[in-house]
Amino acid sequence: MEEISLKAQELFNIGGFGFTNSLALTLVASLVLICFSFVVSRRVRLVPGNLQSAVEMGMEYFLDLMESTLGSMAKAEKYFPLIATIFIFILTSNLLGILPGVGSLMFENHGGEVPFFRSPAADLNFTLAFAVISVLITNIIGMASVGIFKHLGKFFNFKGPIDFFIGILELISEAAKIISLSFRLFGNVFAGEVLLTIIFFLAPYFIPLPFMLLEIFVGLIQAFIFSMITLVSIALHTAEHEH
Amino acid sequence: MDAESIRLWATVGAIAIGTIFPAISIGWIGSSAVKSIGRNPEAASKVQTMAILAIAFAEAIAIYALVVALIVKFVA
Repeated sequence: MEEISLKAQELFNIGGFGFTNSLALTLVASLVLICFSFVVSRRVRLVPGNLQSAVEMGMEYFLDLMESTLGSMAKAEKYFPLIATIFIFILTSNLLGILPGVGSLMFENHGGEVPFFRSPAADLNFTLAFAVISVLITNIIGMASVGIFKHLGKFFNFKGPIDFFIGILELISEAAKIISLSFRLFGNVFAGEVLLTIIFFLAPYFIPLPFMLLEIFVGLIQAFIFSMITLVSIALHTAEHEH
Repeated sequence: MDAESIRLWATVGAIAIGTIFPAISIGWIGSSAVKSIGRNPEAASKVQTMAILAIAFAEAIAIYALVVALIVKFVA
């Protein structure tokens, strides 16, 4: 049975930078998304064809969901690129990680064999990068929307001892959000990979089908959860004064 | 007991004990979501979004337990 490695394995070394197998699949996912967006944007017509209608349906559903959380359509359209990119990129990388060839195509490396492709979110670097970007941009958006001092005033609140304590708790909760976002996505996808490796080792015919369906479902839900948590934090940080 | 068997017990214990409370809390959240949708079907989509979010938070705790178990087994 293939060995299960918590770290993404290095394929080759460029300068001091290790090019890992999850990075390879991330590049493939980016390529797929770029080509798809080229194809869709090239044939935009007033009376849409099938592909354009499907994309527009998805966009409308997502915009409605964002509007119900954020309150206004203007805000929803403003923050749509960030949230939709997080959702689409994580979804694509999770779905690509289930395709045949991921985890089974081998590559020879310093005398041993490593898989050439690995699910991108099964690498803690990928999920940590997304979590840091999400929390940083959420705070920057909060600062841009209510003002720097008012936003920082939520965390460093000197009006009284209890308020000060609550502010410090808020600060710790932002840091904890980075850890929880990254580990939630990493744990779900890595556990799914380990599960599929073991099931394919034990019973390769027909039995893996329900597990692969579970993996598809989990990939979809985790992408949705990541973008929704980012959306809810943006909603909280840009909330105008309570009445 | 030698180190290898302690490691095995620690792996099993981490995941076995660590998923008890997340399982209970996910069932609780699901039950209140179903009850509130039954009581007020118009708010179904809002309740559903909130329920999915809360279930993901609860499941994340089980995932932390799983990550600790994996680290114990494969890294240290």
